[in-house]
Amino acid sequence: MKAMREVWGRTLTEVGQTDPRVVLLDGDLANSTKADIFAEGLPDRFLQLGIAEQNLVGTAAGLSTMGYVPWLSSFTVFFTHRALDPIRMLVAQTGANVKIAAAYSGLLTGLTGKTHQDVQDLAIMRAMPGMVVLAPGDAAECAAMVRWATDHDGPVYLRLARDPAPELGMVPADDYTDGAVHVVRPGRRVVLVSTGVQTVRVLEAADLLAASGVDAGVVHVPCLKPLDDRRLLDAVGAASLVVTVEEHTVLGGLGGLVAEVLGEHGTGARVHRVGLRDVWGESAPNDFLLDRYGLSGPRVAEAVRAALA
Amino acid sequence: MPAKRTDVSHRTLRELADHGRWLAVSTVTQSKAGHIGGPLSAMDLLVTLFFDELRIRPEEPDWPERDRFILSKGHSAIGLYAVMALRGYFPVEEVATFDKGDSRLQGHPDMTRLPGLDASTGSLGQGLSVGLGMALGARLAGRDPRTWVLLGDGEVQEGMVWEAVHTAARYRLGNLIAVVDCNGLQQYGWPAGTDDRGDRRDPWAGIALGPVFDAFGWRVHEFDGHDYDAIGAAFAFARDGAAGQRPTVLLARTTKGRGLSFAEGRHVWHTGNATPDQLARARTELGIDDSIDDSIREGIDDGGAA
Repeated sequence: MKAMREVWGRTLTEVGQTDPRVVLLDGDLANSTKADIFAEGLPDRFLQLGIAEQNLVGTAAGLSTMGYVPWLSSFTVFFTHRALDPIRMLVAQTGANVKIAAAYSGLLTGLTGKTHQDVQDLAIMRAMPGMVVLAPGDAAECAAMVRWATDHDGPVYLRLARDPAPELGMVPADDYTDGAVHVVRPGRRVVLVSTGVQTVRVLEAADLLAASGVDAGVVHVPCLKPLDDRRLLDAVGAASLVVTVEEHTVLGGLGGLVAEVLGEHGTGARVHRVGLRDVWGESAPNDFLLDRYGLSGPRVAEAVRAALA
Repeated sequence: MPAKRTDVSHRTLRELADHGRWLAVSTVTQSKAGHIGGPLSAMDLLVTLFFDELRIRPEEPDWPERDRFILSKGHSAIGLYAVMALRGYFPVEEVATFDKGDSRLQGHPDMTRLPGLDASTGSLGQGLSVGLGMALGARLAGRDPRTWVLLGDGEVQEGMVWEAVHTAARYRLGNLIAVVDCNGLQQYGWPAGTDDRGDRRDPWAGIALGPVFDAFGWRVHEFDGHDYDAIGAAFAFARDGAAGQRPTVLLARTTKGRGLSFAEGRHVWHTGNATPDQLARARTELGIDDSIDDSIREGIDDGGAA
């Protein structure tokens, strides 16, 4: 179990130590997002911008034109909702070399409730031309993506999870390839497609399904954009049922992406989407939330069985 | 303290501004859509910046040590394009492509299309934050460029502006200069009352912006944005503070639609299309004749532009 935010803060500090272009701009949440690791390691390149996320994004856009690589630290909601206009105008439309580290994404945001649970961010960011949208499955993949994103010239949105999660153990810690799609577990009849830390829970569901005689494959999509259709089509193969699972609304995120690609290519596979079905979340412990919103391993397995019935 | 780049005569600046106004109004009329009032109120400021103050190289628009300029009130783009064309960034004839397909001159400034634009703007209230990032970047790297941001007084109603005002003061960015084109009108505005500027109430009726900026720690200078002596003094005030610890705001008192008798002070001319008769009047009022290009060129040469 490793905390993605800790790894993000530590990796970014390492990257900053060798790359003088890297600066970190915080919206007064460094001790939550773990940008504080960078603040202690590289205090001269840590910039506190206060509780003002629109200005945070705008300042980053300006800094990027002066040769810096600004990474931003705040909660997901404050980027994709409060600061969406500057992200759209100043970062996406200009192709600014700005990296948005969206901490506390999804439902599991530490008893904060629906105000802080961002379950629309993937849909919003996917709709931005020029934006790279990444959702690492574990801490190792997160570290690799921090390195990749810093070297990539252009805007990157990195969706981070708050709480420690098991390692997927499938990505070498020092490697991320643009647009990667991973077949974590092969399967013929049913393929579960997931993103971010939800993939760990989907693997648990696949174990439960296997135990009851259902051979379910698992595909991990850590990069929602840009995505080469062919990679996704190859990964799901000839499965007749594709179940997408995401800690996000089923509208426009991973489920939307997979349905669009499979539909457009006429594969004939049925797509069933698991995620928040057009509802808001609530304040509760993680286990409660995962069960209530159908994202725990057992609940995902249940959804797959129902779809097969 | 670095000197300003040229010393263009006021007569020349006035002629350039008239020509810029003519380019703006005739282009907008031709394209049948666009803004008039704001480009005209800001024209004297733009001309003085681009011909007399900014350290820039039109022939090398990406020169790293150039002063940065951001038109935060992006809807006044045609005014900026007119001045950039006159200054030599691109041929004056290209101004006619404004808003047409494949043009580099988009309805709002697009830095990805037109070299010489330091930022893309159009959603009001964002430019000062971008300028803050540039000023911060220059300061972090120990470099000289100053960053100038031109805002509208209506635009300053946006909350994001005040986020930047607060942060710029905290980072002690004397190299950040905001110029506010206080033309006293916005697109529609509040109904007329006791604090009118033109035919509508002032965007900041009853509120003195100077003391507000001052309270945030900014250097403040208020002046007549159509008087070249006053503009020169204001820019000198900004220059004096550029190496210091406090950002500067220049509050330019201007008239919306300046230069066209039928548009001055009237909110409906925020946008608008002149009739053929009005266009003819504009040409006369702005003193436009066929020799204006030559006269301006000679005037700049006389002023010692390098």
